[in-house]
Amino acid sequence: MNIKLRNPNIIMKLSRLGSFHQSRLSFLRSFLSEFKDWQYNRDLFDLDQKGYGTAIYSFKKKDRVYSLICYANKINDDERSDRVIATKWDAAFTLHDGVPLKEDINRLRNEVPKQEVGRLSYKELTLSRANKSVRAFNHVVESLSNGNQPDLDLLEKVGYLYRTTAVYGSGKFGLADRFRIKNREEINGPFRLEMMLVYLVRQFTFDQVNHVAKNKNPNLAVRLDPKICRNLGIGNSTGLGMAPFIVNHPTLLNNWILSREIALKKIREIKIVKIQDRDLFKDCLKNSLKNITSWNTESEYQLKKIKLLLKDIKKFISFLENRFDFQKDYPFNEIYLWLEKETCEECIEYVVSIMMEPFSDIVQPLVKQMSSDEEKYFNIPTERNVGDLKKILENKYSDILRINFNIEESNQKFWFISKNKEEPRLANRFEENGADLEQPLAIARDIKKLYERLLLLKDNLKINQFLIDNSDLRHVVRRAFIAEKFPYSEIQDNTIGENLVPIDMLRLKLSFFGALKFDPRSDKWLRICMFQGAPLPNELKDYDEQWVYKTHS
Amino acid sequence: MKSLSEIETTAKRASRAVGYSWGMAEEVGKSIRLSELFGFPAIKHLNQYYQNKKKENFQEIKLINKINKSDGSSFCPIVFGVNFIDQVKKIETLKKCSVENLAYPLLLLPFLSRASEIIGKKLLISFDDCKFLLNFNVSILSNIWEKEMPILSKEVEISFLANEDNFSDQDWKNLYKLVEDTFVEETDSLKEGAAGAGLTDND
Repeated sequence: MNIKLRNPNIIMKLSRLGSFHQSRLSFLRSFLSEFKDWQYNRDLFDLDQKGYGTAIYSFKKKDRVYSLICYANKINDDERSDRVIATKWDAAFTLHDGVPLKEDINRLRNEVPKQEVGRLSYKELTLSRANKSVRAFNHVVESLSNGNQPDLDLLEKVGYLYRTTAVYGSGKFGLADRFRIKNREEINGPFRLEMMLVYLVRQFTFDQVNHVAKNKNPNLAVRLDPKICRNLGIGNSTGLGMAPFIVNHPTLLNNWILSREIALKKIREIKIVKIQDRDLFKDCLKNSLKNITSWNTESEYQLKKIKLLLKDIKKFISFLENRFDFQKDYPFNEIYLWLEKETCEECIEYVVSIMMEPFSDIVQPLVKQMSSDEEKYFNIPTERNVGDLKKILENKYSDILRINFNIEESNQKFWFISKNKEEPRLANRFEENGADLEQPLAIARDIKKLYERLLLLKDNLKINQFLIDNSDLRHVVRRAFIAEKFPYSEIQDNTIGENLVPIDMLRLKLSFFGALKFDPRSDKWLRICMFQGAPLPNELKDYDEQWVYKTHS
Repeated sequence: MKSLSEIETTAKRASRAVGYSWGMAEEVGKSIRLSELFGFPAIKHLNQYYQNKKKENFQEIKLINKINKSDGSSFCPIVFGVNFIDQVKKIETLKKCSVENLAYPLLLLPFLSRASEIIGKKLLISFDDCKFLLNFNVSILSNIWEKEMPILSKEVEISFLANEDNFSDQDWKNLYKLVEDTFVEETDSLKEGAAGAGLTDND
């Protein structure tokens, strides 16, 4: 049986992309898998009684060492903010390439806590900062110092002791450019070093909370139970800064989605599913219910989605248990077709993620295809002609070409870079100033404009001649030729329309990171949790690959 | 030290700020990054050019011909560079082209370097007493080092070099003789058993 890849015109709609969930392809899971046999070490832990100071953690294999340097600082409660305008944080981190020298540690002590206004060097790979969940952190310190384990209900509601508010890499603020490290086999997967940083920060939060509790009451204090640690992750507040990334990296976006689509296609093409694979799928599905029922949010938008998801998952489990025969040929194809017919987008994508769990042999090779050499596709094939380009637009952007951009609703928003923090923002074109400085993220509008201009020209006109008088559309000409080769490179929706839900764009990227429990705090930012349930560094040698579905166990 | 990523982003945004379209700005960002990677003072020249651009009008070449004469004002190296990339397959048939009064000729180099990769031919660019050999966007060889680059060139000449060896036949033969010292003479019995043995040519 040959199953076709799913139609980009359906999959690349924002509502569908905003329904994606973590899977075996997610970067934090592929990071753990890659680094499980590396030697983990805590190289330095020089904190004062209150938990302020410096700590270093490392992963080492043969001659390669990656070191996380943590600087924990005292800040006042009124200085603590997750917003990008903050200038102080409870802790700041950098991942250093190799073993840092004393000079490096001292140099970085002056720069890392300053974050965006500090300067890093080519020896540093990633940069981040994090704030305590004061409520959770103080409660854990209080409990441990009195010889008790913390209240699990409270910890379940929060999910972490610290949340990061930004993780930077790839050349930002002087960090090493990607080209310096791209040939290293262990980081042949997107955002692998960012994942390493977050993972080691998580361990730092446990060590710090134990340290503070011990110093508070040396005679009575106990250590945080490793089972509780395992069920804590690292929180993250994410705003619009992440959204332009998926528009600005079309081939990378394609490779992420294409890997997921190929995995699904191959799973649907399995004629006979082994009993152990069937059982693993069912186990993960049932265990995952805990992830849904413990998904806390006050967002009405998300609550509705969770409610519908839970209802549909229960309906699906009932279908599997009572009406479905796994013995029949191509069972996962049958399941997929049933899901498409009977359940919501959120449920379809949730189950698609779980379908991958038993099939490491299908998923693992795809992980290595999720990076992209974007430079290779930058040049525009200017010897092609207008007729070729017109056909590409008609084939690859058919829904977009139907959008009416002559009405206000389709043009309501514009993306810009804020002057004070140099971060992407979204505003109403008809109410705010600055639309003349709009970022090139209105791809649907510009593609439509390109098509309308092409309609007036002869098909045999070369693209190099077209570009002479149409330089304003050069950016979308380039994109269209990329979309010709990469079916999932383009969001098939209007990113400036009245109905845009920007967090759909964030959610897509965060799902590939491996985030859980998306908690929208508005339509423009959300909180998530990463590595909740993940093995601790000293457990990596032999861990359960399906840990995501076994939190609280 | 600034990373190449910062260089590309800053060059792109600055280009948009001085009036280029986003698509053109992307080309500038990529090219300035490349030029800095090769070790040329591209950020310095781009900055100077954009400061001048506020005060002075620069001509924009649309269709590049064999000889591109100026009307007295100087040509924009960026528009020339982008159009050179776009039109390189046509320009290649001319084998050589020249442009008068080109401002900040250093800024043209990365565009030509990329064009060299697109057509798979080396390019030689010369202006004043500077020469640059552009090798398929892998490297740039120059006869100037630590020398101040001109901010205006009266005439820039660009030649497409034929794909040919840059060593003599004799050099090659001499080197190949050494290679033969690594081969072993085959016996008749080994020749009889080699691939294709036993068949007639007309099989």
